[in-house]
Amino acid sequence: MSERIVTVGSAQGLHARTAKIFAEAAAGRPVRVTVACGAKGPVPAASLLGLLTLGAVHGAEVTLRADGEGADAVLDELSALLARDLDAEDAGAGDAGTAGDAGRG
Amino acid sequence: MADPLRGLGVGPGLAAGIVLPMGAPPELPPPRPVTDPGRELDAALAALESVRADLAGRAAAAPGKAARDVLEAQAAIAADPMLETDLGVRTQRGEDAAHALHGTFDEYRRVLLDAGDHLAERAADLADIADRAVAAALGRPMPGVPAPGHPFILAAGDLSPADTATLDPSTVLALVTERGGPTSHTAILARALGLPAVVGCAGLLDAVAPGALGTVDGTTGEVRIGVGADEADAFRGRAAALRARPGRGPAGPGRTADGHPVDLMLNIGSAADLDGVDLTGVAGVGLFRTELLFLERREEPGLDQQVRAYREVFDAVGERVVVVRTLDAGADKPLPFLGLPEEPNPALGVRGFRTVRLRPEVLETQLEAIVLAAEGTAARVAVMAPMISTPGEAADFAGRAARHGLPGAGVMVEVPAAALSAAALLRVAGFLSIGTNDLGQYALAADRQGGDLPDLLDPWQPALLRLIAMCTRAGLAAGKSVGVCGEAAGDPLLAPVLAGLGVGRLSMSARSMPPVRDALARHDLAGCERLAGRALAAASAEEARTAAAAGATVREG
Repeated sequence: MSERIVTVGSAQGLHARTAKIFAEAAAGRPVRVTVACGAKGPVPAASLLGLLTLGAVHGAEVTLRADGEGADAVLDELSALLARDLDAEDAGAGDAGTAGDAGRG
Repeated sequence: MADPLRGLGVGPGLAAGIVLPMGAPPELPPPRPVTDPGRELDAALAALESVRADLAGRAAAAPGKAARDVLEAQAAIAADPMLETDLGVRTQRGEDAAHALHGTFDEYRRVLLDAGDHLAERAADLADIADRAVAAALGRPMPGVPAPGHPFILAAGDLSPADTATLDPSTVLALVTERGGPTSHTAILARALGLPAVVGCAGLLDAVAPGALGTVDGTTGEVRIGVGADEADAFRGRAAALRARPGRGPAGPGRTADGHPVDLMLNIGSAADLDGVDLTGVAGVGLFRTELLFLERREEPGLDQQVRAYREVFDAVGERVVVVRTLDAGADKPLPFLGLPEEPNPALGVRGFRTVRLRPEVLETQLEAIVLAAEGTAARVAVMAPMISTPGEAADFAGRAARHGLPGAGVMVEVPAAALSAAALLRVAGFLSIGTNDLGQYALAADRQGGDLPDLLDPWQPALLRLIAMCTRAGLAAGKSVGVCGEAAGDPLLAPVLAGLGVGRLSMSARSMPPVRDALARHDLAGCERLAGRALAAASAEEARTAAAAGATVREG
C-alpha cells in the first residue's frame, strides 16, 4: 500500500469544479486510488460524489492511497494535481485563449 | 391581496403574469418486499443510466456553455462509481430500486447540506437527479417545468440546472424559488438567460394558487402573488418602461452572467461628485482626480486644506476602496504655482509624475495629506501616479508612497512604454490602472486636444486593445489588479470586451454605470473572452466594434 499526504492547493478547496477535474484524472487508472480527509473517507478518487462529501477545503490535508503495480507513479501524479491551485489555473487558461485569438488575427 | 413575499433578487428586471409551480417530484410508494436483490440493483442502475443519457442528450442540445457545463456535470454524477456500490448495499439489505435510489441520493444530499455554503447548493442538484431516477424506476413522467402554451412565471422549491438549462426564455417570464442562494444554479442560469429572478423567497409555494397572477421584481427581490389584472398590467408597463431606459438598470456589484466579478468604480473630482449617487454594488472610487483642488491657484493648497478635501471623499465611501491619483498637472495643465516653463509640445513634456523632477515637495505634501485624511476613516485608500513611463519611475513613486505609509501604490498606464513594460511595472507597483484616453493619444500619435483625428482616438482601435491585453496578461501573471479608468471603461459595448481581456476594475462616471453593469450581466466570462478575441483580431476600430456588437446581440433576443 502506497500513501501520499497532500495539502489541497485550490483556493476554493476540493469543491465542484476542482473535484470534477480530479475525479476525471483519477478515472481510468490501472490502480484504484482512494482519498481520505481526517475522519472522512476513504472514498474512490474517481468518485465526484465521494470527493464532495470529504469537505476538503483549501489547505486541508488529504491522504491518497493505492495498491499494486504503478501505484507510486499514479499517486505522484494525482498528488501534484491536488497540490496545484486549479481554480487560478483556469483563469490563466482563459487568458491564453484570448492571446491565441489575437495571434490568429 | 396577500402581503408581498421577499427573497433575494438575482436576475434584474420586472415581470408579471400567471404563476405556475414546477411539476411535482414523484411520490415514493410504500416499500415493496424484495425477493431478488440483483434484479432491484439492475432496475436501479437502468433508471440511473436513462437519467444520465437524458441529461447528456440535453447537454448536447443546450444553447449556452453555462447550461451545457451544468448538465454535463449532472450526467457525470448520475454515472458516479460510488452510486453502484451504495445501491448494491441497499438492495442487498432488501430495499426496492426506487427506495434504494432515493435513500442513496438522500445520504449524499445530507452530507452536502451539513457541509454548508457552496456544497449545500449542490445538494439541489442531487435532489433533482434523485427525483428523476426515482421517476424513471417507477415508470412515471419526469418531474419538471410545465408547458402550458402561454408565458408564465415559474415558481419552484429550488430549480435544478437540468430544469433551468432547458427553459425557454421566450415562454418563461421570470424565475422564483423558495430556496437557493446567490450562487445557486438558478441565479447563475437566470442571469445567463437574462430572466428576472428571485431566490430564497420564503412562503412562495404556499402562496401559489392555480391560475394566480403574480409580479416579480428581480432587483428588489419583491414577489407578489394573487395580484389583480390591473396591477399586473401596470407592472408590465413599468417593465416596458425600464427596458426602454437602459440607463436606469438595477444596482448591484459588477459581474458577468456566470458570476465573474468586475469591480465597478467611480471617477470623481471631489466629494461633490458622490452627492446623491447610489453606492449599492459600487466597489469604490477607481479614480479620484485631485487636480480640482490645485487648478486656478497661485499658491499650492496647504496641507490642512488638502486633508479636508480628501477626508470628505474618504468619509463618503464607507469601507470602499478609494484610488487617489496624485496631481496630474504640468505642461499640459499648467499650474502657476508649479512655475514650470512653457513647452512647445506640452503632451510630451513635464507632466504628471514627471513634475517630481522639478518640484518633489508637491508630491510629498500630497502623500502626507492623503495619509492624514485617511486616518480614522474606514476607506481603503490607495494612491497611484499618472504618466509613468518606466519601471524606475514606478519604483520611485511606490517608494515615496511606502515611506509615507501607503504600501502597494499603483501606477497609471497612459504611455505605450508602460504597457510594454507592464510586467516590470508590476514588480514594483501594486496595481495598474489604464488611462485609455492618453494611451490612445500616444499609441496612435493623435492629439486629444485637436478635433481632426477622432477615428484615431477611438477606444476600439485594435492597437489600443492589444496594449490593454499586454497589461492584463502581466496582471494575471503577477496576481495583481489591472483596471481601466478612461472613457472606454464607461462604454457598455466595450465593457464585456475589457472583462474578456482580464480587466478586473472598470472606473467610470456614475451615469455610465447602470448600462455597463447590465452589459456585463448579459455575458458569461467565456463569451467575454470570445468578444475580446474578435476585437483584438480586428483590422480596424470599426471592425472591432462590429465584431463585438454582432457577438453581443446574440443573447439579447
